[in-house]
Amino acid sequence: MNSLKRRRLSRMWRTNVVFFATTMGIGLLLPAFGLAETEDKEILNVSYDVSREFYKDYNAAFVKYWREKTGQRVVVKQSHGGSSAQARAVLGGLEADVVTMNQESDIAVLSEKGKLVREDWRLRFPHRSVPSTSTIVFLVRKGNPKHIRDWDDLAKPGIAIVMPNPKTSGNGRYSFLAAWGQVLKRGGTDREARDFIRRFVQNVPVFDTGGRGATTTFAQREIGDALLTFENEVSLIQKELGADRFDVVYPSVSVLTETPVAVVDAVVDKRGTRTIAEAYLEYLYSDEGQELAAKHHYRPSLARIADKYAARFPASTLWSVDDLLGGWKQAINTHFADGGTFDQVYDEIARQRK
Amino acid sequence: MSFALKQPSVLPGFGLTLGFSLFYLSLIVLIPLSGMFIKTSTLTWAQFWETVTQPRAIASYQLTFGASLIGALINGLFGSLVAWVLVRYRFPGRSFVDALVDLPFALPTAVAGIALTAIYSSNGWLGRHLEPLGIKVAFTPLGVLVALTFIGLPFVVRTVQPVLQALDKEAEEAAITLGANRWQTVRAVILPELWPAIFTGMAMAFARAVGEYGSVIFIAGNMPLKSEITPLLIMTKLEQYDYAGATALGVVMLVVSFVLSLLINLLQWWSSDRRETH
Repeated sequence: MNSLKRRRLSRMWRTNVVFFATTMGIGLLLPAFGLAETEDKEILNVSYDVSREFYKDYNAAFVKYWREKTGQRVVVKQSHGGSSAQARAVLGGLEADVVTMNQESDIAVLSEKGKLVREDWRLRFPHRSVPSTSTIVFLVRKGNPKHIRDWDDLAKPGIAIVMPNPKTSGNGRYSFLAAWGQVLKRGGTDREARDFIRRFVQNVPVFDTGGRGATTTFAQREIGDALLTFENEVSLIQKELGADRFDVVYPSVSVLTETPVAVVDAVVDKRGTRTIAEAYLEYLYSDEGQELAAKHHYRPSLARIADKYAARFPASTLWSVDDLLGGWKQAINTHFADGGTFDQVYDEIARQRK
Repeated sequence: MSFALKQPSVLPGFGLTLGFSLFYLSLIVLIPLSGMFIKTSTLTWAQFWETVTQPRAIASYQLTFGASLIGALINGLFGSLVAWVLVRYRFPGRSFVDALVDLPFALPTAVAGIALTAIYSSNGWLGRHLEPLGIKVAFTPLGVLVALTFIGLPFVVRTVQPVLQALDKEAEEAAITLGANRWQTVRAVILPELWPAIFTGMAMAFARAVGEYGSVIFIAGNMPLKSEITPLLIMTKLEQYDYAGATALGVVMLVVSFVLSLLINLLQWWSSDRRETH
């Protein structure tokens, strides 16, 4: 390399360094100015994976409502991820003012392990702190070529079911419990439920780690005859991937999936955001909040709004984990903990193969 | 060891730099790792043993370490070949190919996983043609191997390349003038120089593969006892808020990885030692 070229290179290098440093400097300073200018109140809603679209709309509505009511500007930040992973983040110190999860156990752990949420959290908001619900339905290929009408059809030989891993996904846990509980709900015994589950999981070729992953496997990779998923996900799948590719099948009985909410007491007391955080969750039960839930295909808790949208949510017999399986804590210990029914069934299948 | 410390060095600053290195390593590596061991120690021996010897855990070790090892071997062979082509030949588009090698480094692993799954699933570009032959890649242990080979590729290429570049052409020419054929030259002159680098690259590719999570979970299918990798089991323990159980599996992985990299280092030392005595 000659010296001229080297000098030019080194000049280029220097320009780059200066440019980089300036950009970094501006980047670091800007937020500081921004914060000084306004006195926005900020709250963080830590939520599960597939509530993204709903809370985007809801937050805008709440910000408007709160400004009209109090004149105060509020900024709602969102964090989304797997429900249990989010709960772990809050346990580990993520300062969530409110948590909106898709299963009771992910808030219970904040109360039991972390003492971040008061023990009576289920009684602090109407409907046991569940502003909206959903259920597990089947998505099948257009025209339902395999004639899947109810649970028994899923356990037949030659059917492939796609659902996420119950060990890593709330969606997977609900799907597994839905398959187990429908046997009990129709008068079967635990033993019959286990027999059914064994035939059922033998038909699962892939366990994705999350709900959206399972959707991709079913819709894009074209694996499986039926996808088990939340009712509120179905409309989104049809919107994103084509309404003419899939049919929805409502089984005769299914699980009521609840999306509980709670204020994180330890955080709001520290940050002085209790009033806003509570108002934020209460507004979920307002007419507007419930209408938005219905718009995003969640079943509203308020009877008035639920009746209005009754046509959108076909009636099927829904049972709750609390009533049929003795609550989430027991359900998790029985089915998903190490050595639970999920593991047992796989051990049995492995033994049969040998 | 003590004599090394007393020996005055020509280079000043030994105490300062060693002190800083130890401090830095403790902060970045040792403290987090010891945290893991401390968390595991909340288990009794019996609990620990039960956790780490469950059939699912054993099956996952076999898959994780087996696939990582095979992936490292494949990369050892073909990575060296890629390095050879890149160093020894001049062809149009060489720097483009050279840049391609780094892609598995730069790509977010989840993206790599999704891309590989899309290609190898039964309706994908490659999977479509492999399926009639009875070869299923996506959602099988074979898929895990493909993902682990993909992410390990740059390690071997990038460790072998500089050694090849520095290799004296004269030694090869001497071998040829002394009547060695091409294969003898490669075996007796080139390869002995390369072994340490190849081993190092393979050890790094192996270590990277053992810990890989993002790309594998998409293509593995995650079937219990069949295609579950150990990092996935660790995640499932965390989902149950079983932190101690998760770190127990982590400890097993760490110990096995450490022993294996020690073995690889010994092999490397043995091969370079042999070269020197020749």
